[in-house]
Amino acid sequence: MKKNLLISVFMTLVTTVLLGIIYPLVVTGLAQVLFPRQANGELIQQGGKLVGSSLIGQPFTAVGYFRSRPSSAGNGYDASNSSGSNLAPTNKALIDRVTASVQSLRAENPTSPIPVDLVTTSGSGLDPDISPAAAKFQIPRIARERSISQSALQDLVKRHTKGRQLGFLGEPRVNVLELNLELDAQHPLR
Amino acid sequence: MSASNLLQYAVFVAVAASLVKPLGGYMARVFGGEKTFLDPLLRPLEHLVYRLTGVDPELEMDWAQYSVAFIVFGLIGALALYGILRLQQFLPFFYARYQTTPLSPDLAMNTAISFATTTTWQAYSGETTMSYTSQIVGLTVQNFLAGASGLAVGVAFIRGLAREQTSKLGNFWVDMVRSVLWILLPLSLLGSLLLVWQGVPVNWHYYVQATTLDGGQQVIPQGPVAALEIIKNLGTNGGGFFNVNGAHPYENPTPLSNFIEMLAIVLLPAAFTNTFGRMIGKPRQGWLLFSVMVVLFVGGLLLCGWTEQKGNVKLAHIKTLSVHSLQGQPGGNMEGKEARFGIGASVLAAVVTSNGATGSTNSAHDSYTPLGGAVPLVNMLLGEIVFGGLGTGLYSIIMLALVGLILAGMMIGRMPEYLGKKIGPLETKFITLYALASPLAILPVTALAIATKHGLAGLVTNTGPHGFTEIFYAYTSCFANNGQSFAGLNASTPFYNFTTAVVMMIGRFGLAIPALALAGRLAGQIKRQETQNAVPTDKPLFAALLVATALIVGALSFLPALTLGPILEHLIGR
Repeated sequence: MKKNLLISVFMTLVTTVLLGIIYPLVVTGLAQVLFPRQANGELIQQGGKLVGSSLIGQPFTAVGYFRSRPSSAGNGYDASNSSGSNLAPTNKALIDRVTASVQSLRAENPTSPIPVDLVTTSGSGLDPDISPAAAKFQIPRIARERSISQSALQDLVKRHTKGRQLGFLGEPRVNVLELNLELDAQHPLR
Repeated sequence: MSASNLLQYAVFVAVAASLVKPLGGYMARVFGGEKTFLDPLLRPLEHLVYRLTGVDPELEMDWAQYSVAFIVFGLIGALALYGILRLQQFLPFFYARYQTTPLSPDLAMNTAISFATTTTWQAYSGETTMSYTSQIVGLTVQNFLAGASGLAVGVAFIRGLAREQTSKLGNFWVDMVRSVLWILLPLSLLGSLLLVWQGVPVNWHYYVQATTLDGGQQVIPQGPVAALEIIKNLGTNGGGFFNVNGAHPYENPTPLSNFIEMLAIVLLPAAFTNTFGRMIGKPRQGWLLFSVMVVLFVGGLLLCGWTEQKGNVKLAHIKTLSVHSLQGQPGGNMEGKEARFGIGASVLAAVVTSNGATGSTNSAHDSYTPLGGAVPLVNMLLGEIVFGGLGTGLYSIIMLALVGLILAGMMIGRMPEYLGKKIGPLETKFITLYALASPLAILPVTALAIATKHGLAGLVTNTGPHGFTEIFYAYTSCFANNGQSFAGLNASTPFYNFTTAVVMMIGRFGLAIPALALAGRLAGQIKRQETQNAVPTDKPLFAALLVATALIVGALSFLPALTLGPILEHLIGR
């Protein structure tokens, strides 16, 4: 027993140095050299200021922006508090929330069916993407608010649509922050 | 589900299957002490470790000595982690402004036991609780050590079946160190860089402050995520860097990072079936176990995928809302799922993690449909036999196979045999002890929780049958050393911290010790030629027996509880 205790203590110490100090420093060093942008969080600078990360979603409530999905992270897209809603599918709070979202979205675009991801929260609350259908759904409103043609917006959305990776992994998606950044650049709000 | 989703599943199984033989052979050589290509680099390091720690690599242990070493190492690891967590605020990289949740004694104790048993149940949110030092020097180290310890026990179990007329099952320290140096460390170095390439950060920066396009402030946590991320999955642990684990875009940024991370979970346990086959000199036995795993795996994928794609029936009634897989949207039940994963890649993670004793989900299981959420629950209740935990998955499926052989033996009135070893009365006792552990641990504690106000206080998000499922899921997950949860349950209370810790330890040691005892007993037997009494264990009939045993024994133990939870919720929800 005593031998096991001694070995356990020394083994924990030795492996903590190897796996808890050397290994992570090696990984950090190699990653910072090989993939600096990714290793540092894919942050986006705009005019000298940090506007966010392309991987971390943001709320877009101002006029003329494509909106993100609803979020349960803090008050919405609080990156220091990642969270989903964890509401059961039969939970009345979920059904009421979705019904209210549907009503307000229907008001802004009465003709198209509402894509379900636009009224549901993501698992992280920080989802940076929306489905291509959700982006297209918002085009009529953006066209009105920025006084631009819908076809120009359709081109914009198409350019920002990432297809399935390697052709079959995951889902097609549109990064909302990158989309809105280009929107501001090409068609600024007057 | 779309054709792409199904192709994703097929490619996943194909890639895993293609790696079974090369990786399985490599592991067999590592544990057999044979030559490998990494020897010039690692042998000197291995011997240095033995010199520094006092390990005598020539010493062989019997099942009791092996068990004691395993237990003591696990407890010392838990104690060391407890110390790091409780002293977190005095160690580097502690950010008082953001890490505002205190690591109370009960939370630190729960986390320490959790990570030392590969459960990695997290009654805390990473970004508001853990410093980078705790995550890396504490948690990541345990990810390696606890995973390696499990793999060592698995190897010892195989030796019990492979050897004859000996009491020796190997040396726990040698097996554990070899697991770390030859298997986990090289794969982690490679895997972490692949993940960074896909967007997982690895830095030691302070949380950054951004001004959003809307004009608001957004604090974005950073950290050495990739270093933890790969071994979290490779060692079948599962505890995420951030609160939402694999749903967080920094932990799992792309569908490809998801594919790599899920592959990392099943890779070694799948290959280990081949290691088993080689070490007993009968590769077909290993392939049979692997095939059973694939069948149960794919079954879960299809059932969960189908019901999640159908979507939430309650939402489908809302006019103008489209839950269908239209042009340009994944459709289905998207509450709690990420846009980049949709239904297909979320369900892949749900089924891989629930089967792989790893908690790193990428969607909110609490928001799954009743039947959809029942699939990961049932996967865990089956006993983590479908790939399962590193090392532990193999003896889990074999123990279940032995239960099946005992039942078959009782039906034909003959003493069961497995691989030339007789399963006599004493062996049957160990197997029975093993099989009774899960219902005896999970069900009474679940009952205790729902019967007391402390337990019910956890139901802050959902109530009724779904709330029952949240509690049942928690204890099932902890027993299975899985660690995933229906996250709507508030489990960061002393009641849950204490009860889940107890269940985790029963799930880890209450299964490993009977398995090792059985292995020790079998190692002492002579290997006989298969007699006419034996059920041939490399034929499809045995595979069917195994699947039937898993489902029937699982159903007998847990169908009543399942009826109170997901089945009831499904019936009243229509």
